[in-house]
Amino acid sequence: MQQIIVSGIGGQGVLFVTKLLAQTAVDTGRSVLLSETHGMAQRGGNVISHLKVAPREQSGTSPVSPLVRPGHADVLLALHPDALAAHGFFLRPGGRAFCNASGTTAEGSLDASAIAGSLGSAVSANLVLLGFAAASGALFCDPAQLETTLARIGGKRTESSLAAFRAGLKAASAP
Amino acid sequence: MTERSILLGNEAIALGLLEAECTMAASYPGTPASEILRALASLKERHKLDLHLEWSINEKAAFEVALANSYTGRRSATIMKQVGLNVAADPLMSAAYTGVKGGFVLISADDPGPHSSQTEQDSRLIAMVAKIPVFDPSSPEEAREYARRACALSEKHEIPVMLRPTTRVCHARQDMDLRPVPHPKQFPLFEKNPGRWAATPKFRLVLHRQLNEKLARISRDPDCAPQLVNGDALGPGTRDGGRACIVGSGVVTAHAQEILGELGLWDRVPFYRLPMPYPLPESFRDDLLSSYDRILILEETDPVIELQLQNREKIFGRTTGHVPTAGELLPEVVEGILRSFLGLDPSPPVEPPAYPGRRPTLCAGCPHRAAFFAIKKAFPKGIYPGDIGCYTLGLNLGVVDTVLCMGASINQAAGFYHAYRSARRDMPPICATIGDSTFFHAGVPALMNAVVQGARFVLVVLDNSTTAMTGHQPTPALGRNLDGIPVPRLSIAELAKACGVRSVAEGDPYDFDRFLDLLKAAGRHAGAEDGGVAVVIAKRPCLMDRNQPRTWPRLRIEVNEKCKGCDFCVKQFECPALRPRGEKEPIVIDDSLCSGCGVCVRVCPHGALEAVSEGH
Repeated sequence: MQQIIVSGIGGQGVLFVTKLLAQTAVDTGRSVLLSETHGMAQRGGNVISHLKVAPREQSGTSPVSPLVRPGHADVLLALHPDALAAHGFFLRPGGRAFCNASGTTAEGSLDASAIAGSLGSAVSANLVLLGFAAASGALFCDPAQLETTLARIGGKRTESSLAAFRAGLKAASAP
Repeated sequence: MTERSILLGNEAIALGLLEAECTMAASYPGTPASEILRALASLKERHKLDLHLEWSINEKAAFEVALANSYTGRRSATIMKQVGLNVAADPLMSAAYTGVKGGFVLISADDPGPHSSQTEQDSRLIAMVAKIPVFDPSSPEEAREYARRACALSEKHEIPVMLRPTTRVCHARQDMDLRPVPHPKQFPLFEKNPGRWAATPKFRLVLHRQLNEKLARISRDPDCAPQLVNGDALGPGTRDGGRACIVGSGVVTAHAQEILGELGLWDRVPFYRLPMPYPLPESFRDDLLSSYDRILILEETDPVIELQLQNREKIFGRTTGHVPTAGELLPEVVEGILRSFLGLDPSPPVEPPAYPGRRPTLCAGCPHRAAFFAIKKAFPKGIYPGDIGCYTLGLNLGVVDTVLCMGASINQAAGFYHAYRSARRDMPPICATIGDSTFFHAGVPALMNAVVQGARFVLVVLDNSTTAMTGHQPTPALGRNLDGIPVPRLSIAELAKACGVRSVAEGDPYDFDRFLDLLKAAGRHAGAEDGGVAVVIAKRPCLMDRNQPRTWPRLRIEVNEKCKGCDFCVKQFECPALRPRGEKEPIVIDDSLCSGCGVCVRVCPHGALEAVSEGH
């Protein structure tokens, strides 16, 4: 089982990134359970998704709770620098955080907004960060599987979304 | 192979209702229930089903419309959130007595936490008061299954049945198999029976006795019986450590199941999940109390199961202080409860976040913000009764003093007026606010009452032409129903006039100076010798509603050299696009957020914000 937290603020595409991961999990034969924020989120508050990915077979102790406990997440995707401060406590010891932040060279950090901006698509920072995280091998799936899903459910913005995702992949291998 | 799809809990519930061949659903939106009717509408379209779906004017209307469909022998659902159920409490109590014909499912979605509600109330407790059975699902897939089961049980016993999902079920997503959706085949046939459908008080006593008998039968129905979900735990040699078990319902049992597995106790502690926490069968209660020494009850939010298991020695739960009596039972809370109940060491503490979180605020460019700023300017030192909706966030701007429930702003404004008038005290200006959907929901009777009782105040109807906070459901002013078919369009101005209001004006809060004049004129009417209630309708569509036209000239705002960083705009107008940079530093405009409404130009007392160019 892999437990993932996606955190950001309203409008950054937290739910879309979560949907991509969940759909990829199901398309590759896994089961998912996730919990998302609705309601007041649009109005500037923190938005958080909890995602659990597990093998399809059901047993008494497979994931049945839609929430991740503090200290139990394997991966945290922070779409906003504040997200790390707000939700970093979900990570387990040894868990991996990926954060969209500028002016830092900390491990797992990337100025995804700047990269998205240079592609002319400021709203795609979420996909840049996802590509960056996927390249690290920390996720349950590989980048090609995520690309396949993105190409399928990306809608009108598929091309620019794929470009953003690939830019994130590339950033991971940059020196 | 069947199609496997990821469904939102609310979509799963909608699917369950259609799999039960529901022919009608009526709802009033409210988080976390709002997506159920929308999902029904899209399934109706996709599968070309004949069903009547409506966004009703309020929950009482929704309940009564759907109930009549059930009286004709057809299956129905009415959908709301827990606070909305209070509005429908009147028909609910009575419908439990009359019973139903076609299966009738009342869905009341609860919000432990509370994430977006005024209360944490437990609808299961209302089911108990009304004497109707209630199902409490623990996952989206179970919610779909229970929706079907609730409908069947309702029809079998001719009684309304409640389905009570919570936020973590409604807004969870899970992958599940899809099956073909059946086309409903029930024809309406209303069989007259005034002794039942129109029973007078004498017959109501008979109906009450019948209701009690129904409940006793339902409690023994094997379809709703408590389930031991870990059968192995009863095996020989696994009951060591003082015969303990866990009993619960809802999503909290899902948290507990996963944690027990992690602790290696899943096959050692018997775990009963109750699909139907009320009414509990007597035999279950007796078996439980004779088989175990210690019984932990896990349920949200109130002790519904616990109250039915009256035993002061063996039961551990809310009434004994082992389970918190408020707040969501998050998995980390459940872990603590389980460890303490099972005599394990407490879990290692997790560093709590020092981060305070971002407070919710009105969107950048929200017309409500402009209206609130104008109200503050027109009626300084006023009393501002507020209401339920996005505009509750006007409290950040200091223009919402009270928030009680839907429609209360108007009644409370009247109450404040009478308080000052009858005490012969100087009357402060009173300016109430209410949204358009809320005005239709509960504002109209309140306005009639205020007028005929001689109250005087200004009422601003914040009309953004949609029900914004719950996801842009249509209001009666739209002129189209859920299917997009044209229907009569209701006018808020005409309604206000029909309620006896003599001063009704409409203005665009983006047109700030004119809007301010309208407010001042309304204030003069309320205070005049022959005045009364004055209504001002602040009309400007919600920016987030993609179905609304965007008709304002988009202005580009620049900060000029007059800005000395006093942060008046940031503190008093609180638009997220105005970003402070620190004391005495000029502010910056966040272009990714700014909607170009230009109202902030009117806000800055120093003329430091300028609309420099126009564009789209």
